[in-house]
Amino acid sequence: MNKNIILYAAILIFGVAAPFVFPAFKVQLSILCILIILAITWNVQGGEMGYNTFGNILFYGLGMYLCASVQVGMFFPLAEWTEGGGEKTFVHTPAQFFQGFAVGLAVAAIVPAIVAGLIGYSILGLRGHYFAICTLGLGVAAGEISGGIEIIGAGQGFTTPPFPKVGSLEARGEFFYFCSFAVLIFTFLAVKAIYSTRFKLVLNAIRDNEDKAEAMGIQTMKYKIIGWMISAFFCGLAGGIMGGLVGYIDSTDVAFDGREMGVFMVLMAILGGKGTLWGPVIGATVFHIFKEGFWTFFLGWQYVALGVLIVVIVIYFPEGIMGWLREKYPERFGEVVDEADRKAQVELK
Amino acid sequence: MDFLIFQVPMLTVQAVLDGLLLGILFALIAYGMALQWGVMNIINIAQGDLVILGGYIAYFMYLYGIHPAWGVIVSPIIMYFVGVIIYKLVINKVVDRDLFISILATFGISILFMQLMNFAFGADVVLANSGYGTTMLFDNSVTLPNSKIFSAFISIVFAIGLVIYMKKSKLGRAIRATAQNARAAKILGVDTEKVYAATFGINAALCGVAGALISITFTIHPYMGLPYTIRSFMIVIVAGLGNLPGVAMSGMGLGVFEEFADYILGTEFRIGSVFLLLVLILVYRRFKLSKKREYLK
Repeated sequence: MNKNIILYAAILIFGVAAPFVFPAFKVQLSILCILIILAITWNVQGGEMGYNTFGNILFYGLGMYLCASVQVGMFFPLAEWTEGGGEKTFVHTPAQFFQGFAVGLAVAAIVPAIVAGLIGYSILGLRGHYFAICTLGLGVAAGEISGGIEIIGAGQGFTTPPFPKVGSLEARGEFFYFCSFAVLIFTFLAVKAIYSTRFKLVLNAIRDNEDKAEAMGIQTMKYKIIGWMISAFFCGLAGGIMGGLVGYIDSTDVAFDGREMGVFMVLMAILGGKGTLWGPVIGATVFHIFKEGFWTFFLGWQYVALGVLIVVIVIYFPEGIMGWLREKYPERFGEVVDEADRKAQVELK
Repeated sequence: MDFLIFQVPMLTVQAVLDGLLLGILFALIAYGMALQWGVMNIINIAQGDLVILGGYIAYFMYLYGIHPAWGVIVSPIIMYFVGVIIYKLVINKVVDRDLFISILATFGISILFMQLMNFAFGADVVLANSGYGTTMLFDNSVTLPNSKIFSAFISIVFAIGLVIYMKKSKLGRAIRATAQNARAAKILGVDTEKVYAATFGINAALCGVAGALISITFTIHPYMGLPYTIRSFMIVIVAGLGNLPGVAMSGMGLGVFEEFADYILGTEFRIGSVFLLLVLILVYRRFKLSKKREYLK
């Protein structure tokens, strides 16, 4: 317990100090926070519940569009804003900007959760690969359709309000970094709290054998929907912040980006280790470092690397980093190991 | 309602004919998917990218002055080996694993192919001009490019040829035996590893044919693969595994649906409507099965 507190305190101090220690990496650190949030939320759905989804990108994109639309729509006519494209005929005052962003984030979290609840009953009745392909279709369809809707900018894209100057202070990077870091801590603590309840056991029961869980008297559908709603809630939050951070929303390249973000969140959770609390966090961090390195040094070949990476991770490393650690140091994970048995196992190998 | 299709009734005929000819092509791709799904229990997300790669082979023949129709012969031969190589490198490691692993692995292959094609062939939308001209029907109110008729004809020839091959040849019988029960087939001396490789190769070859035909009749682009995967997946789940007439019918149905969606909703919603239709079909199946307390599996 004591060790854990030191660890959490160290992470917290590092998180707060990071933008001042590494001012050049503010945006990268914010994106890292977003990626960790996405990996954690995917893990709730894919790792704990066993419902492997490609469709959480739907909530992420929805949150992004909603947050920006609310932020603009609260003070100015939305249609004229998007029609103007990049041209700034309307300017948010600082107060308007922050109010709009706060309300926008709230909407961006709640509406995707409601959407997940509404479609959950239909979609979560599918199992296995049908569920995976259905959610893949959902994500792509959302991207294609939102690319045809005029009021949110259609194919031309949606420019989010520029960050206002408060007095002479320009703190865009810090603002979005602390936003995403705060949401990350909120997400982590919320998920940690959820994982310590019966709810997590129910989700694991669904993953391991859904029919048996149902026979034991668990209303699996109810729990599946709630699980997906939790996932959607945090996905929407992450999307809302990411929209403000990027500053420009495009339907298929930024918001409903199934080819990048949609795969990233699956990959990060698997790389770190599905079904663990810390796995997605570690996976996202490793993945982000790797990705940035590749994006910088092998520009143009990044998708080739991504494709190869997916195949390699999935085939040779499906248990992830946490799974590997668990196999190597089972005592650390609270598993009781018989030393003689273990030696016999090693000799067998 | 000021939709064009209601003002000009002849457009309905146009859409139906276009859709049917397009649907036959979809059915050919879906046939390949049904084959590998049935035999190896793998859902190949890279299916559409194999199609596009096959299309680029025909396009390159066109660039070098060979008539692209020959691509129908050349492309499947090359694609067969591409398929076997993919099998040896990746697929044979995921055959017996969890289905999600195979979906994710082929998703990786799909991204890889997309980007490699983007490097090799550029991000332009291209088509191989066959120069077959067009046929006019009903007082010139319906136009049918001859290339579409050609492609539908070739698809049917290949589909029938494959059906006969699967029925009569030794390999075809081995494939069917493996599909029924891989373990029993192994005991009886079938080299299932070889059968799997051949199945994946045949699937890739079918994609090659379809791709060559698509490059003649429509356009190809490195990033256009995923919709073809989704279409073939949809056709297979509507028809059911191993139901060949069903695959043809649902393929044509999907083609007609797409043409009408194109006219009524607008071209920008065409791909979106395909993906939405997939979701709707799956949800419909789910509710239908849940009445019997069953689920899609």
